[in-house]
Amino acid sequence: CPFHPSSSPIFTATSEWTLDYPPFFAWFEYALSHIAKYFDPQMLVVENLNYASRATVFFQRLSVILTDSLFIYAVHECCRCINGKRAAKDILEKPTFILAVLLLWNFGLLIVDHIHFQYNGFLFGLMLLSVARLCQKRYLEGALLFAVLLHFKHIYIYVAPAYGIYLLRSYCFTANNADGSVKWRSFSFLHVTLLGLIVCLVSALSLGPFLVLGQLPQVISRLFPFKRGLCHAYWAPNFWALYNAMDKALTILGLKCNFLDGTKIPKASMTGGLVQEFQHTVLPSVTPLATLICTFIAILPSVFCLWFKPQGPRGFLQCLVLCALSSFMFGWHVHEKAILLAILPLSLLSIQRAKDAGIYLILATTGHFSLFPLLFTPPELPIKILLMLLFTVYSFSSLKSLFR
Amino acid sequence: MEKWSLMTITVLLALTVRWAVSLGSYSGAGKPPMYGDYEAQRHWQEITYNLPIRQWYFNTSDNNLLYWGLDYPPLTAYHSFVCAYIAKLINPEWVALHTSRGHESQPHKLFMRTTVFVADLLVYIPAVILYCFSLKETSAKKKVSSALCILLYPGLILIDHGHFQYPLSLGLALWAVLCLSHDWDLLGSVAFCLALNYKQMELYHSLPFFCYLLGKCFKKGLKGKGLVLLAKLAGTVLVSFAACWLPFGTDVEQIMQVLRRLFPIDRGLFEDKVANIWCSLSVLIKIKNVISPRTQLKLSFAVTFLSLLPACIKLTVQPSLRGFKFALVSCALSFFLFSFQVHEKSILLVSIPVCLIINEIPFMATWFLLVSTFSLLPLLLKDELLLPYAVTTPAFLAVCLASFSILEKTSAEDLQLKAFSLSLKGYVSWFKSFPRIVRSLVSGTGLSDAALPPPQRLPDLFPVAVAVVSCLHFLLFLVYFNVVILWDSKNRGQKKIS
Repeated sequence: CPFHPSSSPIFTATSEWTLDYPPFFAWFEYALSHIAKYFDPQMLVVENLNYASRATVFFQRLSVILTDSLFIYAVHECCRCINGKRAAKDILEKPTFILAVLLLWNFGLLIVDHIHFQYNGFLFGLMLLSVARLCQKRYLEGALLFAVLLHFKHIYIYVAPAYGIYLLRSYCFTANNADGSVKWRSFSFLHVTLLGLIVCLVSALSLGPFLVLGQLPQVISRLFPFKRGLCHAYWAPNFWALYNAMDKALTILGLKCNFLDGTKIPKASMTGGLVQEFQHTVLPSVTPLATLICTFIAILPSVFCLWFKPQGPRGFLQCLVLCALSSFMFGWHVHEKAILLAILPLSLLSIQRAKDAGIYLILATTGHFSLFPLLFTPPELPIKILLMLLFTVYSFSSLKSLFR
Repeated sequence: MEKWSLMTITVLLALTVRWAVSLGSYSGAGKPPMYGDYEAQRHWQEITYNLPIRQWYFNTSDNNLLYWGLDYPPLTAYHSFVCAYIAKLINPEWVALHTSRGHESQPHKLFMRTTVFVADLLVYIPAVILYCFSLKETSAKKKVSSALCILLYPGLILIDHGHFQYPLSLGLALWAVLCLSHDWDLLGSVAFCLALNYKQMELYHSLPFFCYLLGKCFKKGLKGKGLVLLAKLAGTVLVSFAACWLPFGTDVEQIMQVLRRLFPIDRGLFEDKVANIWCSLSVLIKIKNVISPRTQLKLSFAVTFLSLLPACIKLTVQPSLRGFKFALVSCALSFFLFSFQVHEKSILLVSIPVCLIINEIPFMATWFLLVSTFSLLPLLLKDELLLPYAVTTPAFLAVCLASFSILEKTSAEDLQLKAFSLSLKGYVSWFKSFPRIVRSLVSGTGLSDAALPPPQRLPDLFPVAVAVVSCLHFLLFLVYFNVVILWDSKNRGQKKIS
C-alpha cells in the first residue's frame, strides 16, 4: 500500500497506513516523493488516501523495479562468493546460474514486491550484499551495510544475533587456537572500536534528528507496536498460530462438554482480520516477554555453535537462517512475509550441499505456498499458481540435476 | 536438466506472460457505442445462444447485422455457442438478448480472458510443443529454445490476450502442418478444413496445402497410389466441410448469405491503415478514386496470384516439407500484401509459419517477427497496450538472441542463400549493415508514434509511417522467401552429395 510521504511523517496519525518503519526508510520515501511529483502531483496530498490513478500506480511499480537493481547487484556479488564443486560446461548446470535464478525469480519476492507491493527487493539486496561482503572477509563493509539495513527496516533485527556473534568471534578475535576454540589473547580493541563507531554513527544519523526533536519515544512506539497483538491479521504460519488453533479447539471442546460458559467468551476474536490485542480462552495468554524468551531459547543452540565452532562464512549463514526461522516461529506479531528472511539466505547454502538443497526445497515450497493468501482477487489467481509452479518446477529440477 | 522439465518451465513462462497481458486493456474498452472486437465476440455469444441457426447470418429485428454481425464461418459460431452456454451458467446477464449490449464488468472480463486462455492452452500450445519435439536434426536444448521463442512471439500474445481474439484457427492450422510433417495426410486435411471453417482468412494458407498434397499425389504416380491418395483427400475435404455446414442443410439461400458475409466484396480495397501495397501506394496515388471497385478486385486478385505462382508451381513439382513451410510464408505474405480487404491482424497468418522455420533461418525470422509486431503498433496503441508491447518485444528479442546467437549467423550459408549468392556473386555482404539502419528506423518510428501527438494537418502521419515502413520490409521479405524457395533444390542436392 503506497505511503504518503510528507515533511513530518511520524506525527501524522491521519490514516490506517501510518509510517512504521525506521527513519532511513522515511527519508527514502521522501526522496521518492520528489520524483513522484513529475508523474502525478495529486498522490502527494496527505488527504488523498487510497489514491490510485494510473500514473501513480505506474510510478510506484517503476520505483520498485528500479530499486531492485541493488538486489541484482547483490545477487551478482553473492554468485561471485560461492565456488561450485563442478565446473559445468552447460550454463544451465552451473551453480552460479542456478543461484542467480533462485534468487532473482524467487516467487515470494516477486509477489510480495511487485504485486502486493513493498520494497523488499532493495532491502534484501542490502542484506545479501552485507552477507557477500562478510563472505569476502570485508567485515567492516558488511557491518556498515547491516547497520544501515536495520535502520531501513527493523525486522532484520531477527538476524542481528547472528551478525553480532559472528563479528565478535571472527573479527574481534582475530585468531583461533589449534583446536578451533577462541584465543582470548587475540582480542583486537581496534576492531571492536571500529565496529562500535560504525554502529553509533549510523544510529546517530538515523535517530539523531528525532532525539534532538524529543520525538524518540514516539518513534520507538511506532516501530515496536506491542499493542498490535500476538498474531497479525493474517496469521503467520508459526508456533503461535498452532497455539491459537489449539486454544480454539479446546474452547469448542469445552463448550460442547459444558466446562466453559458460552456467554463469557468473545466471538471470532482472533480470526476477524483485525489487528488488536486478544486474550486466550483456555490456554494461558502470551505476553511479549514470553515470546522473547521462547525466541531466545530457540536461537541459543545455533549461536553457541557459531561461538564455539565457527566454520567461517558457511557457519554464519547457517546461524543466520536459524535465527530468522526461530524469530519467525516464536516472535511477537510476525508477518507471513518474514519467511523470506529465511528462504533467501538458505538459497546460498542450497547450491553447495545436497542436504541443504533438500531442506531448502521443503522450506521454499511451503513458505511460498503460505504466501498465497496475500493475493486474493480472482484475476491474480492464475498468476500466483503459474509463478508458484514455475519456481517449484525449476528449483526441484535444477537442484536435482546439480546433485545427481 | 531434463527435456521435459525445461519444456514445462517454457510452457509455464508462456502462460504467465499470456495471463499478465490479459490483465491489461482489450479492444474497445469503455468506448461506446460500437466498442471493439471484445464486444463483437460477446455479441456473437448472445446471438448464437438466443437465436435459431437460421437467423444467425441474416438481418432480422433481433439480429442487427450492422452491430457486429457474424462474419466468420460456422465453426466460430459453434464455438461462441459453447462459450455462451458456459456464460449463461455463470451469469445470464452476460448473454441476455439485447440487454447485454456493451456489457463491461470485471467478472465478465475474467470470463472472456479465461476462454481465450483455455483455447490457447488446449489447441495452440500443445501444437507448438509437439512441433518442436518433432524437429529433426536439432539438439534437445535447441528444441526447447525454439518452443520458447515461438511461444513468446509478442504479436500473437498481444492480439489474442490483449486486443482479444481466439487462437483456434492458427492452432488448428498448426496441427495440420504437424500432421503433414508426420505424413498423416488425411488427418492434416481434416485439421486444415476445420481451421478454414473457423476463419476464412486461412485461405491464405490453402494454396500451399493444396499444391503440396497435389505434388505428393503426382510423385506417387497418378496411375496408382497417387490417384488413390487424391481421391481419399478429396473425400476427406468434402466430408469435413459437410460436417461443419450440416446444420445449414442444403438451403442454398442460407449458404449464399453466409458466403456474402464472409467475403464482403463491396467493402473496398482496404480499410484503415494496413501495411499493405494498396494502402502504401495510396499515399502517392489515390487508387480508390482512380479505378472502379470491380477493376480494383480484379487487379488485386491478378497481382496476388502472379506473385505466388512461382512458389506454388515449384511446390507442386518438387513437394518437400521444407518447401511447404517456406511456401506457407510466401503465399500468406503475397496475400497480405496484395489482397482485398486485408486487416492488420492478418500478418499473424504470415508470422506463425515464420515461427515454424525459426530454427532454420533464425536471423531473418527474428527480424520478420519483430517487424510484424511493430506493424501492429497503431492497433495496440488504440487499445492502450503500449506497456505490454514495450515489455514483450525486447523480451522476445533477448530470448532469440540468447537461443540462436543470431547476430553471428548472418553469412550467406546461414541465410540459406548460398546458391543464390553464387549466381549473383556476393551481393550479400550488405546484409550486415542493413540491420543497424533498419533497427534505428524501426525504433525511431515506434517511439515517436507512442510519445508524440500527431500534427494537426496530418493526423494519420504515424500510423501511415508505420504502415509504409512495414510494407517495405514485407516486400523485401517476400523477395527473400521466394528466392530461398526457388533456389532451394540445387542447394539440397549439393549438400547431400558432399
